[in-house]
Amino acid sequence: MSDAHAHSVAFVRETEIPPSPPPASQAGAIKWMRDNLFSGLFNSILTLLAIYFIYKLVAGAFPWFWNGVWDAESIRDCRDILAERGAETGACFAVLVDRWDHLMFGFKYPQTEYWRPTLAFVLLLFAAAPALFYKYVPRKFLLFTALYPFIAFWLIWGGSLWLPLAILVAIIATGFVFRMVEGLDVNIRSILAAIVGLVAGIGLAYLLYQGAKELWFISNSVGSGSILTMLASFLFKAASVFMFVFFIPMGIFVGYAIYNDAEGGGLVTVVTALFALYLFVAYLVDPVAGAINAIIPIELQAVPSRDMGGYMLNMILGVVCVSLSLPLGIVLALGRQSNMPLIKGVCVVFIEFIRGVPLITLLFVANVMLAYFMPPETNFDLILRVIIMITMFSSAYIAEVIRGGLAALPKGQYEAADSLGLNYTQATRLIILPQALKISIPGIVNIAVGLFKDTTLVSVISMFDIVGMIRGPIQQSTDWISIYWEVYLFASMVFFVVCYSISQYSQWLERQLRTDHH
Amino acid sequence: MKKSVFLGALTVAGIAATASAAATLDEVKARGKLNCGVTTGVPGFAEPDANGVWQGFDVAVCRAVAAAVLSDPTAVEFVPTTGKTRFTALASGEIDMLARNTTWTFSRDVDLKFEFTGVNYYDGQGFMVPKDLGVSSAKDLDGATVCIQTGTTTELNLADFFRSNNISYEPVPIETGAEAVQQYNAGACDVYTTDASALAAQRANFEDPSAHVIMPEIISKEPLGPLVRHGDNEWADIVRWTLNALITAEELGVTSVNLDEMAAGSNNPEINRLLGTEGDLGAMLGLDKEWGKRAVGVAGNYGEIFEKNIGESTPIGLARGLNAQWTDGGLIYSPPFR
Repeated sequence: MSDAHAHSVAFVRETEIPPSPPPASQAGAIKWMRDNLFSGLFNSILTLLAIYFIYKLVAGAFPWFWNGVWDAESIRDCRDILAERGAETGACFAVLVDRWDHLMFGFKYPQTEYWRPTLAFVLLLFAAAPALFYKYVPRKFLLFTALYPFIAFWLIWGGSLWLPLAILVAIIATGFVFRMVEGLDVNIRSILAAIVGLVAGIGLAYLLYQGAKELWFISNSVGSGSILTMLASFLFKAASVFMFVFFIPMGIFVGYAIYNDAEGGGLVTVVTALFALYLFVAYLVDPVAGAINAIIPIELQAVPSRDMGGYMLNMILGVVCVSLSLPLGIVLALGRQSNMPLIKGVCVVFIEFIRGVPLITLLFVANVMLAYFMPPETNFDLILRVIIMITMFSSAYIAEVIRGGLAALPKGQYEAADSLGLNYTQATRLIILPQALKISIPGIVNIAVGLFKDTTLVSVISMFDIVGMIRGPIQQSTDWISIYWEVYLFASMVFFVVCYSISQYSQWLERQLRTDHH
Repeated sequence: MKKSVFLGALTVAGIAATASAAATLDEVKARGKLNCGVTTGVPGFAEPDANGVWQGFDVAVCRAVAAAVLSDPTAVEFVPTTGKTRFTALASGEIDMLARNTTWTFSRDVDLKFEFTGVNYYDGQGFMVPKDLGVSSAKDLDGATVCIQTGTTTELNLADFFRSNNISYEPVPIETGAEAVQQYNAGACDVYTTDASALAAQRANFEDPSAHVIMPEIISKEPLGPLVRHGDNEWADIVRWTLNALITAEELGVTSVNLDEMAAGSNNPEINRLLGTEGDLGAMLGLDKEWGKRAVGVAGNYGEIFEKNIGESTPIGLARGLNAQWTDGGLIYSPPFR
C-alpha cells in the first residue's frame, strides 16, 4: 500500500518553487516611475512639466558652467579667451582664482599669516566636537573647548600670547572669588555685602548721573530744525530727566538689595565676582601681560580688527554671536518667566525693544552713532561693537524660542520638581531646561542659520565680509568691473555648505534626543 | 529730506562734541598715520588691487597729503566708507579727510559744515541707452524706465531734469554700479544714468560697447573733490594746497621723471617755490620746505595720476575733457604758488 501511494500521484514536489520575478510592469524602474511619477493623468502632466523645466534650466546653465574660464587676468581677458574659443556664453571663474584670498580673508589680512585663521578654523571643528557630539567624545575634551576662544583670539588677532593667557587667568581667579564668597560665614558675608552694596549703589548712581548729563548734552545739540529733530531732542531730554530723577533711588535700591541678600548670598556672590573680574581685567591684565611679555616675548604679528574680512569675518561673527547668544537667550527666557518683577521687567523690555528694531538699525548705531556718544579718541573695536549688537539681537529671538519651549512643558513638570525638594537652580538645570531646550532645537537652529546669514549685513556699514568684498573691491575693481553671477554664486555656495550642515546636525540631534521611541 | 536734516543735525552734534580736538595736523603727526576716507570701490578712483594695496585717482590725493605731512606716502589708513556713512565718519573725527568722489554742493559745504578743498575731477550726470532704442536725445526719453543709484545726488538731478522738461519716467532704484549694469544689460531698464565718468568706464567693459550710446546731454554739474571738517583751517589749507601742488606741477611741466632735476633749482621761480628751493611756503603751512616735492614725488603730477589711473590708456579710458589744464581748454586751475 505504501508503494501504491507513491505511484498514485504522478509528481510530488519536494522543494518550494523559486519565486518568479514579478511582471515587468510591476518591478524595478518601471514600477517606481509608475508609482512615483506617472500615477495618474494629472501627476503625469506635472512630471512632464517638471522635466521640461529642469531640462531648460540645465540646458541654459550648463554651457555657461562648462565654458567657464578659470585662468584669466581680468574680465576683458576672460571675454577674449571665450571669444577665441568661439563660446557664446561662459563664466569667468577666474575671478575666484584671482581674488580667492580676498574672498576668504579680506584684502588687508597679511598674506603670510593666512595659516592662522585657517588653523583656528580647523581647531574650531575639534573644539566644537565635544559640545556637539557629547555622547561620542570623552568629556575631558570639553577642556579644549573652554580654552578654544583664547587660542582662536590669539591666532586670529595675533599680538602677545600673554594677553589672552592673562585674561584666562583672570577668569579662573574670578571663579575662585565666587567660590570663596559662597563659602564664607554668614556674618562675614553680611559685612562684605554691606561694602559691596555701598560701592555698587554709589557706582550705579554715578553712572546714571553721567548718563543723564550726556543725554542732556545730546538733546541740546540735536537742534530744533524740524519736527523730527524736536521730537528727538524731547525724547533725549525726557530720558535724561528720567535718569536724573532716579539715579539716587536706583543706587540706594540696588545697594540695599545686595546688602539685604547677604543671608541667601546669591546676589552678593555674583556682584562680588563681577567686581573682581572688572578689577582684574581693567587694572591687572594689561600690565601683567606686558611685563611677562617683556621677559619672555611670545608674539604673533598683530592684526587690527579693521583688517579682518572675507568669509573669515562671517565665520567669526557667526560663531561668536551664536555661542554667546545661546546662554544669554536662556538667561533672558528664564528672566522673563521670573516671579521677581524687576528682573522680569528688564527682560521683557530688552526682548521687546530688540525685537522691535531691525538688525540693520542696530548695526548703524554700532557703526556710526556710538562714535558720537564716545570721546573722539576712544578706540572701541568695531568688530566688538558689531558682535555686541548681533548678539543682543539674536539672544532676544532665542529667548523667545526658548520661552516657547518653557511654556510647552506641562505644569506637572514644575510641580514634580518642586515636590522632589529641588531648589530653583536644580529644578531648572535638571528638569526644566533639558526638556524645554529639546523642544526648542528647531527654533534655535532656525535662528542660528538666519543669524549666520545676517552677518552679511555688515557689508552695509562698510565692513568687508564676503558680500562686502564682492560688492566693493571686486565688482568695483578695474580688473573685474561689474562681474556678477560668478561671485554671488560662490558666496551662496559657501553659505549653503555651512547652513545645510547646521540644519543636518540639528535633525540628527533631534533624533538623538528622542525619548518616545515610536 | 527729513532724514537728511536729521543726519545734518546729528553731524552738528558731532562737531560740537569734537570741537575740542582742533589741530588735526598735530594729531596726524602724533599718530604717524593719515586716516583717509575712501569709497568701498569705484573703478579707477579707489580700489584695492590683487595684493590689497589701495590704488586709484582719489587714493593718490590721500597719498600725496600723507607724503607732504608725514614724508611717507604709505602712512595712510584707508577707511572705506559708503555713500551713507561717509559724512558721519568725517564729522565724528574717525577720518581726517574724505577723498571719495563726493560732489561739492551748497548744503554739504554749508549745512553739513564741511570744507571742500578743491576739485580733482569735474564730472556730470549722463545717460546711456542701447543703440537699437533709436534715441538721440535725453529729451526723447518720455516714459522710459531708468536705472538709478539711490541715495546720491544723481537721483535728485534726474527728477529735476525730467520735471523741467515735462516728461515722465519710471525709476528702477538700485544699490551699486554692478547691479545697475546687470539690470541694464538684462533689459530691466531702458536707460542707465549716473556720472558720465562711470558710464564711460562701465561701457568700455561691456561685452559689446558699440551697442550702447551715451547721450550728449549732461544734466548736472558734479565737481568731485576732497573735503575736511569745518573748524580747522590750517588742516584744510594743507589738503587744499597739496592738491594745488599736483595741479601746478602739471601746469609747470614738473613730472615724476624730471622732479629731482627741477628740485635742484630752475629758472622758473614758481617751480622753485613749489619744490621748496626758494621761499618758505612750507613753513607757512606748518610743514617743511620740501613738502611740495614729496607730494609730487609719490605718483607724479595731476596729469600723470590721471593718465595712470583713469586715462585713455587704461581700461577706464576717460578723456581729459573738462579735466584738462585751463591752458588746454579745461577747468583744472590752481591759484598761484606765491
